[in-house]
Amino acid sequence: MQTAKKLSFTDVWINGFFILVSLSMVLPFLLVIAISVTQEQSLIADGYRLLPKHWSTDAYHYIFKSPTILIHAYGVTILTTIAGTLGSLALTSMTAYVVSRKDYRYVKGTTFYVFFTMLFSGGLVPSYILITQYLHLKDTIWALILPGMLSPFYVLIMKGFISEIPKELIESSKVDGASEWRIFFQMILPLAKPALATLGLFISFNYWNSWFPALLYINSENLVPIQLLLTRMMNTINFLTTSSQFMSGITIDTSKFPNLSARMALTVLAAGPMMFIFPFFQKYFVKGLTVGSLKG
Amino acid sequence: MKGFTRRAAQELKQFRKNYELFTLGIPGILYIFIFSYLPMAGIVLAFKNFKYDKGIWGSDWTGFKNFEFFFVSDTAWRITRNTVLYEVGYIILTTFFALLFAVLLNEISQRWVKIYQTALFLPHFLSWVVVYYIVFTLLDLNNGLLNHFLAMFGVEPRNWYLESGPWPYILNVVALWKRIGFSALVYYAGIIAISPDFYEAAKMDGATRFQMARKITIPMILPLISILLILAIGGLVSGDFGLHYFIPHDSGMTYPTTDIIDTYVYRALTKIGDVGMASAVGLFQSVVGLILVLTANLFVKKLNPDNSLW
Repeated sequence: MQTAKKLSFTDVWINGFFILVSLSMVLPFLLVIAISVTQEQSLIADGYRLLPKHWSTDAYHYIFKSPTILIHAYGVTILTTIAGTLGSLALTSMTAYVVSRKDYRYVKGTTFYVFFTMLFSGGLVPSYILITQYLHLKDTIWALILPGMLSPFYVLIMKGFISEIPKELIESSKVDGASEWRIFFQMILPLAKPALATLGLFISFNYWNSWFPALLYINSENLVPIQLLLTRMMNTINFLTTSSQFMSGITIDTSKFPNLSARMALTVLAAGPMMFIFPFFQKYFVKGLTVGSLKG
Repeated sequence: MKGFTRRAAQELKQFRKNYELFTLGIPGILYIFIFSYLPMAGIVLAFKNFKYDKGIWGSDWTGFKNFEFFFVSDTAWRITRNTVLYEVGYIILTTFFALLFAVLLNEISQRWVKIYQTALFLPHFLSWVVVYYIVFTLLDLNNGLLNHFLAMFGVEPRNWYLESGPWPYILNVVALWKRIGFSALVYYAGIIAISPDFYEAAKMDGATRFQMARKITIPMILPLISILLILAIGGLVSGDFGLHYFIPHDSGMTYPTTDIIDTYVYRALTKIGDVGMASAVGLFQSVVGLILVLTANLFVKKLNPDNSLW
């Protein structure tokens, strides 16, 4: 809405304010990166600094010396993220399209059926029993993919977006004899690209960052995603020095082991890849975030 | 009978007209049935003495025995109080700052907004585990920035993970830091959807930016604010597990001020294995949540039907 070219006093202080806010958002993560590339002794002597006094990539060297565990964790995380996001987007958009069609005979019932789950749930324990005792998903990749695949809140966002698409477009395609499936896949989905991009991004981050299902359902070493690896490292104080998978083949003096910096390095490796991805989705963000009510 | 068959035939005809949309809805309906409605049937667990070998239906009924603990122990009061107070704090702080940020973002050019939005979103895209390590760099006993900072004023280093006092402040700040970006952007998306005509007209009448924000922007996004608030109120008794489990490092010394219903239930389920009590508490959360959201929506509807969730 800004039309004047000249920077006013208000513009200056608002921008100044947001520059400060932005720094407070970004600097803590940059500090973690900085620690991960600082010499361990320097960390103890000089404390944490944004600009390390003594640089060192030891932490990464140690982690990559026996990379099997890390590669495995990345593999699990990438697989669940891709499969989960695709499945979730398909489920979310189909469901959202159906509840966005006011002329659908069962729209009221379906809307209630979908969004009631936002207001009431069975809670953690029944889901846990269902997944472990009845669906037998414990220690399977499905336990990391299926829970949380369809979120009513995302359906609400998607529905808000699809509802903006002019009804005439749908009606004229129907007159031309197109089936609902065809209308959905060939017309609605392409038009809903901003919402799909935004939600896809959120959903993929949810999967990438997910640790709760892993914490509950995964014991098998082969299925540990990167976030669970990080959680385990936090719970055992000297995880890296005691983990045989990390230490096998490395003969080092454990007292010299870069304990602090290695933890931060693993943190960077867990969060890093996705940090490069999300700025590319910027242009869709705002357009795709329309939250509407459950009414009509 | 004849009327019935005619109605059934009509309904069938109607179904034929709608069945394509119906089939589009089937995957979602099935998924929700399995992962949301089946667990709802599982709330009978709250009234049973669950044994893994007997299964849900085979286990013995115990009436309200699983709830007894919850209403007689001090812990129950403590975790409920913590959950509700923290959620109220998070809702007030996040909503206030998100609205402020959204209104201010609307005042500056979109080019800059893009940059700020990237920065604002960064914490949203970090997992709570990662945020734990970030907060750890601040709170660490020996090298943490906070202790270093306090040392400049001659304050002895404190082990924050062994104290309960400071955690309400720490958790509120961390929650705000992580949530503000998403929230602000949802409101900002609502604001930029407001027709520019309103602002043009107001400008012609000589309104200031502040007046326009107060008289146009806020009233126009009031429905959005109220929808999000109603949903948030439904979550008053359901806390943020990741925040309260990871950020205080699940440290027992901080439980008096950090333990919430969700972390307690998790421990009851995984460490003690008390399925009955854990599901009783879960049911309590769901029922109270439902009552709260229904009441909030009814209340808003009475005030102004346009602002209610349904």
